[in-house]
Amino acid sequence: MDRQVKGILGAKLGMTQVWDNNKVVPVTVVQAGPCVVTQVRTDEKDGYAAVQLAYGAIDPRKVNKPESGQFAKAGVSPRRHVVELRTVDASEYELGQEVTVEAFAAGQPIDVTGKTKGKGYAGVMKRHGFHGLRASHGVERKHRSPGSIGACATPGRVFKGVKMAGRMGGKRFTVQNLVIQAVDTERNLILVRGAVPGPKGALILVRTAAKKTAKGGAK
Amino acid sequence: MNTLDALDAQSQRTDLPDFRAGDTLKVHARVVEGNRSRVQVFQGVVIARQGSGLRETFKIRKISFGVGVERTYPFNSPAIDKIEVITRGDVRRAKLYYLRELRGKKAKIKELREKQTV
Repeated sequence: MDRQVKGILGAKLGMTQVWDNNKVVPVTVVQAGPCVVTQVRTDEKDGYAAVQLAYGAIDPRKVNKPESGQFAKAGVSPRRHVVELRTVDASEYELGQEVTVEAFAAGQPIDVTGKTKGKGYAGVMKRHGFHGLRASHGVERKHRSPGSIGACATPGRVFKGVKMAGRMGGKRFTVQNLVIQAVDTERNLILVRGAVPGPKGALILVRTAAKKTAKGGAK
Repeated sequence: MNTLDALDAQSQRTDLPDFRAGDTLKVHARVVEGNRSRVQVFQGVVIARQGSGLRETFKIRKISFGVGVERTYPFNSPAIDKIEVITRGDVRRAKLYYLRELRGKKAKIKELREKQTV
């Protein structure tokens, strides 16, 4: 956990494409920040080092007493979303400090977390990538079914964790090792190469990549 | 008005001439070979324009040594140096895929005669 992590909350605006070196690059545009620091966790007081970031406008009347007390302590107006990031350099943050897209630079590898689009009750072909049954050779009305889900009298039951149909999507998901294509500090935009989870307008958390460092960068 | 229009406008090309299917174009495209770049010219008939906004592409067809050659260019590619419109074609379709089946004189496109404004 001893990593220096930078993070920012934002909203997914949608996808488009940009030109880089005469090649088309598909990008997701994230309207990120500005976030404010609402709390700094320290080893002495909390047992771990972390920084708490808040983002998004909210009507102050909709914030309950305990939460508005937290925001008042940090000296900022209430925000809609709060997230905590464990990072070793948490002590360098101050209460009420603004975190903007300037914390990130083009070419930097990042992890992007969001809530995936809900797909409802989905079958095994869509949910788990099963191939279904044949189109012909005597298969009737079973083309998208999973087939067998286990053996007979031994074990006499279906094993736990067998992949079946069910609710799909609407879950927190992190895409790792995406790369920042560009950062627009004027409009608070981050252009991320590739796709990120969630519908347009969804809350997105952008963090420094956990497994990868920038090319040529020392770790 | 879409959310990303302002961002897309940055990479949108506005300096290229207006053209449609049936027009004959000369496309000057920059090609990088190794570490030097040169301009490659491709002349032919526009047989289709596809997509809109930043994603728009156009197809150009020509007959090269008796073989039909088609190239698809992204309209907003920075690799396109310039586009020259040689002739305007008189066609009644937006997609001229029927040209692929035609040879010789039948594959010729009539030139558009400018309508006289009274």
